[in-house]
Amino acid sequence: MERRKERIDRGIKARSSDIFALSSWREMLYLAAPRLLPVVGLVVLSLALSVYWQRVLLSVSVFALLAISWDILAQTGMISLGQALFFGTGAYLSGIMNHYWGWPPYITIPLATIVGGLLSTIFLIPVLRLRGIFFSMVTLVLPLMLVRIIEATRIFGGTEGLSGLTALPSRWVEIYVLIIVLLSALFGFRRLMNSDFGLILKGINDNDRSVMNAGINVYWFKIQVLFIASSIGAFAGAFLTHVYLFVGMPVFALDYSILPIASAVVGGMGTLAGSMLGAFILVPLSEILRGLGGLRIVIYGLFLVVFTVAIPEGIFHYIQRKYHQFERWVEVE
Amino acid sequence: METEPLLKVSQLYKNFGGVQAIHNLNFELAEGELMGLIGPNGSGKTTAVNLITGFVKPTEGEISYRGKNITGRAPYKIVRMGIARTFQMVKPFYQLPAYKNMIIPLYSPRVKQRIGGKFGDRDAVALDLLEEVGFERDSFVAYKPASVLPQGYLKRLELAKAIALDPDLIILDELFSGLSLAEVASIVPIIEKLRQEGKTIIMIEHRLKELFRIADRIIVLNFGEKIADGKASEVMESDAVKKAYLGAEA
Repeated sequence: MERRKERIDRGIKARSSDIFALSSWREMLYLAAPRLLPVVGLVVLSLALSVYWQRVLLSVSVFALLAISWDILAQTGMISLGQALFFGTGAYLSGIMNHYWGWPPYITIPLATIVGGLLSTIFLIPVLRLRGIFFSMVTLVLPLMLVRIIEATRIFGGTEGLSGLTALPSRWVEIYVLIIVLLSALFGFRRLMNSDFGLILKGINDNDRSVMNAGINVYWFKIQVLFIASSIGAFAGAFLTHVYLFVGMPVFALDYSILPIASAVVGGMGTLAGSMLGAFILVPLSEILRGLGGLRIVIYGLFLVVFTVAIPEGIFHYIQRKYHQFERWVEVE
Repeated sequence: METEPLLKVSQLYKNFGGVQAIHNLNFELAEGELMGLIGPNGSGKTTAVNLITGFVKPTEGEISYRGKNITGRAPYKIVRMGIARTFQMVKPFYQLPAYKNMIIPLYSPRVKQRIGGKFGDRDAVALDLLEEVGFERDSFVAYKPASVLPQGYLKRLELAKAIALDPDLIILDELFSGLSLAEVASIVPIIEKLRQEGKTIIMIEHRLKELFRIADRIIVLNFGEKIADGKASEVMESDAVKKAYLGAEA
């Protein structure tokens, strides 16, 4: 009996990549495994980690959300250098609602998500017509400006910030709420980006004149995407406020703008999953390197350079390609 | 009683810095007419189209469509009123299959409004439309990514994207350029069919021979000014046109 190698997905993919012809459990598993991996992985991680690393997992997931939010904007042609705007707005809103009005987290977090999303969108509507670097510049400046406003006018606790905020019921609630939101965001928005709506968004990124020429109001679509992306960021901020029990000027820090971009670049842009993967590599790495003191940034920087040079497409795209190239032995008649 | 023209352009001017791209352009277009817009390179043909479709705002002048002033309106609003165009440089989404490229126009409010209520399966409608412009149904052409399609198919795809919007006025910007004679010959019947359906068409063309066979009327532009307007045979007899195309001594 002669045998030859054949790609596993050859038999599964029929004509287009979203129609499958499955003929065995193994093929089913081949398709389901990549989707199950993040779900199982996060649940196992949450149970296996020590209390300290559980806190790191929270921070990782928050950055993963910011990276997903960045990726959605980038896929629509809006390169944001200011995820901190969304993050900080959400953080301050929930802090204010909790500190001044005494509202509990299960009200402040959802409300800050939506209102934070709306506010950030309104901030950016005037610059939506700007393209490329001009849009990016404004997003970079806005959070820095808000910090100075808080500092100068001493509103919302000024440089001290607001502390003593209400905690979430337990660390398990913290972890599982965040994991559920992260996974829903990942799968939900991946689905959205693969729908006809997502196609329009990618079209705007590719050639907005051609989309306008189809009678579509490009700005309205950009506003919707901006609201979606900034709501994700605002949720991340509002959530972390109730984990740290504090909100202050650091929530507008550059970290929250830059790290999501680095995650998306290292992990692979345009898939959302890649951006999330990037955050799961970069944030723990920064945590591990903490012992090195000043050298930490150097090693971190080197790591970034090596990765972007070695795998410019991003880790996720690389793994995805390799996964599709898996082969098996088949009998030749 | 004289019927109202579908499109009326009056005293249109457009300057880019010191350059006069369009200088006092006037014309009327009746419903169902097929008008050719010709002229040497840089004579302002594409600018005229950009002005009509709202991609560029005029310095002065008025454009009205069905009696409504549409000067300077946003392109998407003009499209929704029933004016669709193709671009000279086709820019499909190369990584997507041809039929997926049709989703964007099919997503537009105008199409939703026309079909009424919820739009069914866009993919199926996209394949139907592509078949109309010559993507053979039984072949895989419509499923191939736009990046591997020959120029002829890309031009057809561009045309199908305009037709998808069910426009009343279609503006074709150099649809024939870069195509072989055979390819042009296969697209001409599609245009003739559109005319039978009562569509009004403006064609910018450099392929005069093919254009003259189907056009009712030709407008010639040179340096942004209209130098001739009339039937193809009359226009080409005009001294101004000969001079513009062949040089001053002709």
